[in-house]
Amino acid sequence: MSMTFFQMLNGATFAALLFVVASGFTLIFGLMRIVNLAHGALYLMGGYIGYSVGIATGNFFLSAVAAALGIALIGLIIDIGLLRFIKTTELRQVLLTLGVAFVLNDIALVIWGGDAFSVPVPQSLQGPSNFAGLVYPKYRLFVLLMGVLIFIGLWLLLHKTRLGALIRAGVDDAETVEAMGVDIKRIFVYTFMLGSALAGLGGAMGGAFLTLYPTADSEILVYSMAVVIIGGRGSLKGAALGSLLVGMLATFGQVWFPELAYFVIFGPMAILLAFKPLGLFGRAA
Amino acid sequence: MDRRRFVKSLSAAATVASVSSLARTASAQSGGNIRIGLLAPLTGVLAAGGKELVEGFELFWKQNGTTVAGRRIEIIIEDDASNPDTALQKARRLVEQRDAHFLVGNILANTGLAVAEYVKSNGVPYFISVVAADDLTQRKRIPNVVRVAGYTASQMPRPLAEFAYKRGARKIITISQDYTFGHEQCGGFAQTFSEMGGSIVQQFWHPINTADFSPYLAQIQSSGVDGVFVMETGADANRMLQQYSNFGLKGKIPIYGAMNLTDQSVIRTLGPECGGIFSSAHFCEGSDNAQTRKFVSDYEKAYSKLPSLYGFSQYACAMWINEAMKQISGKVEDRAALLKAVNGITLENSPLGRPVKMDRYGNPIYDVFIRETRVRADGKFWNMPVEVFPQVSQFGKYDPETYMKQPSYSRTFQGIKK
Amino acid sequence: MISALKRRALWVGLGLFFVMVLPFIFTGYKTSIATEILIFAILAMSIDILAGHSGRTPLCHGAIFGVATYVVLYYVTVTGGSVWVGSLLGILAAVLTAVVFALLAIRTSGVYFILLTLALGMIVWGLCLRWTSVTGGENGLRGTVRPEWLANQVHLYYFVAVCFVVLTYAMWRFVNSPFGQTLKGIRESESRMRTLGYDVSIHLFLGFTVSGLFAGIAGALYAFFNSFVSPSTVALAQSVEGLLMAIVGGAGSLLGAIIGSALVIILENAVSLYTERWLMVLGFMFIITMLFAPQGIVGAVKSLMTRYGRKPAQKSSQ
Repeated sequence: MSMTFFQMLNGATFAALLFVVASGFTLIFGLMRIVNLAHGALYLMGGYIGYSVGIATGNFFLSAVAAALGIALIGLIIDIGLLRFIKTTELRQVLLTLGVAFVLNDIALVIWGGDAFSVPVPQSLQGPSNFAGLVYPKYRLFVLLMGVLIFIGLWLLLHKTRLGALIRAGVDDAETVEAMGVDIKRIFVYTFMLGSALAGLGGAMGGAFLTLYPTADSEILVYSMAVVIIGGRGSLKGAALGSLLVGMLATFGQVWFPELAYFVIFGPMAILLAFKPLGLFGRAA
Repeated sequence: MDRRRFVKSLSAAATVASVSSLARTASAQSGGNIRIGLLAPLTGVLAAGGKELVEGFELFWKQNGTTVAGRRIEIIIEDDASNPDTALQKARRLVEQRDAHFLVGNILANTGLAVAEYVKSNGVPYFISVVAADDLTQRKRIPNVVRVAGYTASQMPRPLAEFAYKRGARKIITISQDYTFGHEQCGGFAQTFSEMGGSIVQQFWHPINTADFSPYLAQIQSSGVDGVFVMETGADANRMLQQYSNFGLKGKIPIYGAMNLTDQSVIRTLGPECGGIFSSAHFCEGSDNAQTRKFVSDYEKAYSKLPSLYGFSQYACAMWINEAMKQISGKVEDRAALLKAVNGITLENSPLGRPVKMDRYGNPIYDVFIRETRVRADGKFWNMPVEVFPQVSQFGKYDPETYMKQPSYSRTFQGIKK
Repeated sequence: MISALKRRALWVGLGLFFVMVLPFIFTGYKTSIATEILIFAILAMSIDILAGHSGRTPLCHGAIFGVATYVVLYYVTVTGGSVWVGSLLGILAAVLTAVVFALLAIRTSGVYFILLTLALGMIVWGLCLRWTSVTGGENGLRGTVRPEWLANQVHLYYFVAVCFVVLTYAMWRFVNSPFGQTLKGIRESESRMRTLGYDVSIHLFLGFTVSGLFAGIAGALYAFFNSFVSPSTVALAQSVEGLLMAIVGGAGSLLGAIIGSALVIILENAVSLYTERWLMVLGFMFIITMLFAPQGIVGAVKSLMTRYGRKPAQKSSQ
């Protein structure tokens, strides 16, 4: 049982969580051209909601569902309550979402306080699993499984449903889609809600093994942005590959170059952006 | 330029100036209040600890009354946002705008160091009960900075190292957050442990807010050591305890933890994964000492939770300062007298249940408990005493002058005897 | 009817006068707040050169600013050198940082530019946090930076005020120069400028570098003011706050950046007297500004003026 394989599992399981969060981010960015800087705060809030529901009901499934739905609702409010009114440049939307991020973060601090919380996890997922001589936490393997399932689910949504087709078309050229008579605004709303729900779900999932605390939102946001920049705007494949890359870089970077911290991720990202500004699978706007 | 306008604006400026200076004289004369500037991280990564700092401080004054020698105590709270730039800014504000007589508080060492540098230049007394950067009372001592009811980072782990050795541990790995507080705690542990004959096999340093300890846990798993010294604070501590258990290490390789690892602020949201861990500290909330019991139950009644190190330390700090102020009849403007009183008191009634006094360098000497986390009747975990090491000073068993000749603990110097 | 030129000179004169007598009105601690406002106004204006005048929104100027502060602190407290040489070195370091950032970022625009500059700023932050032997890590660097004659708050204020006036004038000349006008043209329509034969990349690169120069000077002044630097000085929050100042005041207007700086810092001080919820207030400020006054205060005032009939100043053809 080699150390490297062990670390690769670590990287892969972290990547799975990143994928869940970053996929939401890239859908919103891809379709609506909005860099939703409140995405991290949505993750954190989702985690806290999942925590509260988990403590109250003792049911992990319920925690996850509550987190996803709750954050989808908040996403809806943000979209029709705020973003709708910004018709000018994308820059204004970006700065608006930053303001929302601050407000959400502070509200979370007021409601839940600054203690670090973990979303409660069912007995069946606690502790280490033992197979092939490998002792590895069960929950992390669960996260890996969920990441794969969500990827499949999203792929099916995007490639096998009408909504998905419209989203993909919108990522390529929103104006033409609208000109064809489709109510693009509704698609936007659904996408924003879906993206937010993914962030909330990610929060509940991540909150169980990475804990929830006041600065967790900016940390996951930074990672999500790295994933989306590397993977490319609006690309599910890109989000998957980007997550894998970032997850591995973060894990191995921590082991081999703890001095360099973020540089291991941002260095390659900055260089990639400088030469391939649209990322690996991104399309021009 | 229009002359009329010029004159108008000049006189307007003059009026405003005179009014504001009047206001300032008025507030200075309304005096009589003793103004205490309390700095705490109320937002940011240490928000939970900061809140408890304030709670502990306020609890004392609630119980004791807010008058000393006929003067009212005014506590001005400022948020340092867990960040040294903000801490410095707020310290300035407290001293220069709010006329605080002295400053207390802060948690993170880097915020404490920033404020300490500031008070070095203006002589304002600064009483820290949680900031543990060793050198503030050792090599880089600032006379007006006193660790009231505080401790140095390397003070507490030394008895733990002795305890671990006596239990039979011979090979230990240390894992710690990579900053001064971590370096100093590990150094305290590593030096004592190695001098007793044990060996520190490896040392892991990770950035604060490491989400994922799996890289380190994997290596610990395959290392064959018989103990791990773990130094974590805040969310890192929660995660470490959970992940340690999830990786199957709990029960296989014992944890000897820094006191922050098993502090109430960490374990109150955890379950069995935090049980059975040894740590060392002056404060032990599960102790059956009468005064400790009373303090713990008062605190639980007031805030519906068991007191953490932060709550306790700031409570004891308030108690200490109160005694000092009573001794000088509330004349806090006389800084020299205040500092002398603070340094000279023996605190009799602290929740520790034992008298505490300062050493010659501005840091208290404590009876240090070896604690173990156990579950109590209602299912919550707390630390209970297992053994006591009496009268442990910040220098441990070393002679102060000789000790201070060795370099400060850092990543590169851990005092390990080869 | 006073001509537009004379009216502008009047306002500038009043402003200068106000700046000069300020320490007599706002004494003691408030003087140091005023000093802080002036320093951050310089930072906000430097950000505005890119965000307001060139149409590129950077989230890295906190890093450029802080690099200068670090170099000054290091040179004075660790190497024991003169604060003036240290400042020059600091400004140089900031310009070099800006050059590197510019080389990488110029190829992008819009949100990608924002994200890339954000990433670059984070790299600098990570470096300052982890390179403990040089930067002091999370403890930062501290020590006496100010020379004797600037130890007094009021003296420091005047020193900074003079720098502020000189730098504002320099930036004003820069944005109104032909080069500056080209940048504005790029903001309006890059493709048009290209077809007109302008080398957009070179212009943006130089604009970025000049912006970095002023941010660096602000950073060096901050070293005088604070005598302390830590990773939070180069953190993302610093860049965000600087950007907020430029935008709340009014992007594309230097005066807007000055107003924005004053507003944010005064609000910060006033709000935290009453509540810990400064972050929420800041967030709402962002939201409200973006919703109702995306042109910032200066823009809102201008549109109010036109709406209520007062003739706006004649546009002079410079």
